[in-house]
Amino acid sequence: MENVVSEQQSKSPDTGTDTRRAEGPKVEGDVVFALSNVNVFYGAFRAVRDVNLQIHEQEITAFIGPSGCGKTTVLRCLNRMNDLIAIARVEGDLRYHGMDLYANGVDAVEVRRRIGMVFQKPNPFPKSIYDNVAYGPRITGMVKKKKGGDLDDIVENALRKAAIWDEAKDRLDSSALGMSGGQQQRLCIARAIATNPDVLLMDEPCSALDPIATAHIEDLMQQIKSEYSIVIVTHNMQQAARVSDRTAFFSVEVNPDSDTRTGVLVEYDHTDRIFSNPADPRTESYVTGRFG
Amino acid sequence: MAIVTVGDVARKNAQTLQGAGRDVGGTIFRIAVAGTLYVSLLIIGVLIFDVLFDGWDQLSTRLGGFLSGTLRSRSIDDKLGVHQGLYGSFWIAAFVAIIAFPTGIAAAIYLEEYANQNRTTRFIELAIRNLSGVPSVVYGLLGLFLFVEKNTILGFIGLGWLVDLTGGPTPISAGLTLAILVLPIVIITSQEAIRAVPSGLKEGAYGVGATKSEMIRTQVLPYAAPGILTGTLLSMSRAIGEAAPLILIGAISGGLTANPSFVDVTALQDRFTALPILIVTWVSQRGRDEGFATAAAAAIVVLLVVVLLLNMTAILLRNRFEKKRG
Repeated sequence: MENVVSEQQSKSPDTGTDTRRAEGPKVEGDVVFALSNVNVFYGAFRAVRDVNLQIHEQEITAFIGPSGCGKTTVLRCLNRMNDLIAIARVEGDLRYHGMDLYANGVDAVEVRRRIGMVFQKPNPFPKSIYDNVAYGPRITGMVKKKKGGDLDDIVENALRKAAIWDEAKDRLDSSALGMSGGQQQRLCIARAIATNPDVLLMDEPCSALDPIATAHIEDLMQQIKSEYSIVIVTHNMQQAARVSDRTAFFSVEVNPDSDTRTGVLVEYDHTDRIFSNPADPRTESYVTGRFG
Repeated sequence: MAIVTVGDVARKNAQTLQGAGRDVGGTIFRIAVAGTLYVSLLIIGVLIFDVLFDGWDQLSTRLGGFLSGTLRSRSIDDKLGVHQGLYGSFWIAAFVAIIAFPTGIAAAIYLEEYANQNRTTRFIELAIRNLSGVPSVVYGLLGLFLFVEKNTILGFIGLGWLVDLTGGPTPISAGLTLAILVLPIVIITSQEAIRAVPSGLKEGAYGVGATKSEMIRTQVLPYAAPGILTGTLLSMSRAIGEAAPLILIGAISGGLTANPSFVDVTALQDRFTALPILIVTWVSQRGRDEGFATAAAAAIVVLLVVVLLLNMTAILLRNRFEKKRG
């Protein structure tokens, strides 16, 4: 199955102009998520229509598009966060390493333990920095003891990976709410990777941050992508162009008879192609700033 | 003719910037709202001064005896006091805390976090809201029917054992009745506290793989604790201050001789009285024996102190929880 994917992808060979990916010949990672004909409904309203895409391992995949195009909705399908909305309904085939995420008997809690999430607004718990990072390992039973030993190592590791250890190490016991917005968001990333997930979903993680904090997060994403597949939703096209390997462009369709708006996936390809030579004219007009 | 430029107009208009204090309506409004505050404070001040002044004879000369004494037929009596009332009120408060608080908080968690938002839920919430506004005397009737008197309907629906459990007109009946009385208030205030928990915290917990119950235990309850606590302890103050339902249940206003200590649980199966009942009783007897007016005022001071202590505890605990949640 992976071979098939590679063949499909080889139709769009890497142009190699991007210096960030000059570490060697581009290897196609395994497929982490395979979505076919995914539709999301809120009640009777169809929010997203017929999404088909494959997300690859150890890559950063960006979802871009105008407001209301359903990019966050699709992201939240990937770890079944949409389950929390009573009226939300997902149709279609959504596979994670070949497993149907929405099959009967699949435990959404287990899904979320493997597929971590970072939210738009930094949402540290009103606890100490240490307890924030230790929260996941504690409730998922990763550690036997609720304090010290292994847990200390896990917390330190996660904070180091999230590039916030130096700022946090001397105040692990003080409240996370005393940190700046950028620090809080990196803490939330540390909290998400402390449970050692396979995938990290990021829903506009930098939209509440200043450019310096944003740069921190973007560097951090590059550093950790060798260990985690990352899917990021962003409003910021420059950000998508800077950080991602592949980009999915979503747009909005206005349904003429009901005046409702449905999100559609317009184009999905390697990021450099999306930004330099998109196949769809809608993509081109969006990335060149003519609409949206 | 001089040409008028845009700058000239702006300069001319700038002169009209001076005009502070012309917001007459705003000033009146500020005085009005501040005035109502001062009037309320004044009323409380007068009330406290009045009861302290009236009850001073008892409080200043024999406070210890008054706190340990009992119901008496004459006001000039060394053994006159409020201890029986304190016993009743203490155990009523205990039953409210043991029964109404856990039940009410659990109901609020269910309604906010688990119940589907459908017609049934909305109906239940509406019913709870209405129940919180039902006059307390109606709850007294309910208590009388459920816990105090054996009757055929109760036996018919299989609840006759309730009266055997409570022993009739006892502190247990009073406690259960007042627990039912405050239950809607506990549910509503807890619901509001739970609803105020930021959705970001819940999502954060779910995002790292928390189950619903883990999320509620580790995020919702700690965050909502100050609000829940304030609401529940205020409802406790209300329960302690109620007289009307207790009169219906059969609280005693005279001839109660037993004076059990607070820890004496055997007296829970006996007749009882409570602080508000003592106040009502003594006020009604002041025509016959003027000294009872003093005793009533002193009893009011005791009740006020108990309620104020409860409210202070609520505030202190709330501040502690709020500090903890940052």
